[in-house]
Amino acid sequence: MKEILSGNEAIARGAFEAGVKVASAYPGTPSTEILENISTYSSINSSWAPNEKVALEVAIGASFGGARSIACMKHVGVNVAADPLFTLSYTGVGGGLVLIVADDPEMHSSQNEQDSRNYAKFAKVPMLEPADSQECKEFTRLAFELSEKFDTPVMIRSCTRISHGKSIVSLSEPVTGLPEPKLVKNPPKLVMLPGNARVRHPLVEQRTLDLSTFGDSWEINRIESRSEEIGIICTGVTYQYVREALPEASTLKLGMVYPLPKKLINEFAATVKKLYVIEELDPFIEEQVLAMGIPVIGKEIIPLCGELSPGRIRVAFEKAEIIPASETKNVIEEKLIPRPPNMCPGCPHRGVFYLLNKANAYVTGDIGCYTLGFMPPLNAMDTCVCMGASISNASGIVRSLPPEEQRRVVAVIGDSTFLHTGVNSLMEMAYNQAPATVIILDNRITAMTGRQENPASGYTLAGVKAPEVDIPDLCRALGIKHVRILDPYDLEETKKVLQEEMSRAEPSVIITNRPCCLIKDDSRFSKSALLEVVQSDCTGCKACLRIGCPAIEWQPDAEGKKGKSFIDPLLCTGCTVCQQLCKFNAIRQVK
Amino acid sequence: MADSITNVLLVGVGGQGILLASEILAEAFMIAGFDVKKSEIHGMSQRGGSVVSHVRFGEKVYSPVVPEGEGDILFGFELLETRRYLNLLRPGAKVIVNDFMIQPPSVLLGNDRYPENLAEEISQRFTDFKLIDGLKIATEVGNQRVANTVLLGAVSKHLKLDDRVWQKALQKMVPAKALQVNLKAFESGRSL
Ligand SMILES: Cc1ncc(C[n+]2csc(CCOP(=O)(O)OP(=O)(O)O)c2C)c(N)n1
Repeated sequence: MKEILSGNEAIARGAFEAGVKVASAYPGTPSTEILENISTYSSINSSWAPNEKVALEVAIGASFGGARSIACMKHVGVNVAADPLFTLSYTGVGGGLVLIVADDPEMHSSQNEQDSRNYAKFAKVPMLEPADSQECKEFTRLAFELSEKFDTPVMIRSCTRISHGKSIVSLSEPVTGLPEPKLVKNPPKLVMLPGNARVRHPLVEQRTLDLSTFGDSWEINRIESRSEEIGIICTGVTYQYVREALPEASTLKLGMVYPLPKKLINEFAATVKKLYVIEELDPFIEEQVLAMGIPVIGKEIIPLCGELSPGRIRVAFEKAEIIPASETKNVIEEKLIPRPPNMCPGCPHRGVFYLLNKANAYVTGDIGCYTLGFMPPLNAMDTCVCMGASISNASGIVRSLPPEEQRRVVAVIGDSTFLHTGVNSLMEMAYNQAPATVIILDNRITAMTGRQENPASGYTLAGVKAPEVDIPDLCRALGIKHVRILDPYDLEETKKVLQEEMSRAEPSVIITNRPCCLIKDDSRFSKSALLEVVQSDCTGCKACLRIGCPAIEWQPDAEGKKGKSFIDPLLCTGCTVCQQLCKFNAIRQVK
Repeated sequence: MADSITNVLLVGVGGQGILLASEILAEAFMIAGFDVKKSEIHGMSQRGGSVVSHVRFGEKVYSPVVPEGEGDILFGFELLETRRYLNLLRPGAKVIVNDFMIQPPSVLLGNDRYPENLAEEISQRFTDFKLIDGLKIATEVGNQRVANTVLLGAVSKHLKLDDRVWQKALQKMVPAKALQVNLKAFESGRSL
């Protein structure tokens, strides 16, 4: 049977066909839909973890128990999961273990564009890289076989264009006859104390050599001979771009990007006159090929930053005069009004950022929908490094500031992010009594990545009722004395509490309690009566525009000097934040 | 090689239903026996950002993204976004646009003005141009929410697939209770 699947759907299908029993992940674009799709297969126990380290450790546990298991994350998730990954490389696996990592070259929705292939080399684990959805499925299956055959975790690297691209996939039946999970004691292999680890390390080095040799004749690494003038080593989606941009070139398509099949590379290099590596981001393959003593051209002509495309590859080869320049394309360059993303109408984050701006706060930010509080007209975020950093950055920044500056420091963090890595940071802040204010924007969901449940949302991945983390009690348990809970739609109250807590020379936490306005089909969110601008009462003062709500539009008069505000009834949720800003009572409920 | 491939671009604003429309297109091409690839960026699309979806079909498709300057058909859900992606098109490409405007943030705030006469400007650059009032036709068919399907119907005329293929694709992708009105909307777009 054939279906059009996204790379993420195909990886999920591959996990199902491979007989995976346990899957764990933390959401992150572009990897999120992998676990969401895995959860549609009832044979797999799948669940969200609070962060990527925990997700990988859950998978490791399942593997030690003999089950095939999978963990999925975005590229930066591996930074969080790196600690278990590096030692897992030493212990090896019980049941096969596959770690899926989805990179985001071009940073379509990420804070950096790190190249995960480096992790494979650094942790000494094999990595496969599929080039379309069919390969996503196939490689996932193959990765489990490889994992068990070589007693190693296997990484699969996807990227935005693979994970969110769709192509045709033929489906197969799941494998049968896998051993049943059971407890088997093996401390010398699984207890990584120095004495044991010293025995394991040489085995890991030998494994890498063996894998490289295996790769020389593994069919997912293949030479495609065409013209002998140009030979190109490529992997993943880049292979597709190369085939399109340089159809005449011979290619060595690598399905396994680490360790490299050295014999095969030598063989390919010998058949072509000029050898190139075309790879997105780092010169990962190029440097290793150069180290083998083979002359090769790569980043000298191919960009280091951003994603590649057939066009970018062609331009690179034309500029280097390797291929003749093509006729100029229909490029229309000009400045158009940009259309950046915005917080939704009714978003409970909006009013908080409006008030933070008014309070002249220095906001150490974090990652989530609320990062959009950085955008005009709210302009109320001053830092954003990685998940969880808001609180610890605030704790650090206040240490060297005079008291009047200390007061301005406010950390802002979402519920999912707080549970991900913010709890440790708050523990530090309470422990060391850093006098900053923390706002936890609890919208009852992981909104940014498409509304996934989390340990405080009250539901599991499967939508089953679950115990809820009590965030206020957790903060108190960490040692925070001043914990305030408020409704962020109530600007007066929010402003008052913010002032009180900012002026307090002790750590304090403010928790907002409005759910995300996109959780509609749920008792957690109820839409209120819509609002309108009564045109005869609107003075055109623009106060309501300062919150940047997409439902409010400025309608200039004919000369464009004055105008009035207008609320789009299709977008308004009736949150009343704009109404509270109108001094002329011109914003009223629609009758 | 690229000549045997048809490149369709769907552009608009997050939340307009572009992803579903592109899924239906891709499904139809697969049913018709073509190789198909599709690509878009979802991350920020829900929050009202600019969205472009690439759908490519032919005998064998490699890249999931349409190379700059090789788009054959642009299917615009919104005028400013249509304008934004014109440089992905080849000269002489077809442009089919919904007569619809969504104000970007800076216009809502009164800091910028939504550009005027966009339709005219686009039609001067791409003479194979069609402006469709999707919302009006959808309202006539009986449901404002099927405006995208009207547009899809209009685009389908240029894609040389059988009626039957489109019906099958819609059947698969649209929930059963909305199927009838969607088929009707598709027909009215196709007969424009
Ligand atoms: C280490 C890491 N994992 C995952 C992500 C992807 N990511 C960005 S924000 C976010 C969660 C945001 O949820 P929350 O904190 O509840 O804020 P909301 O979007 O709901 O406002 C996730 C999962 C990331 N940037 N970094």
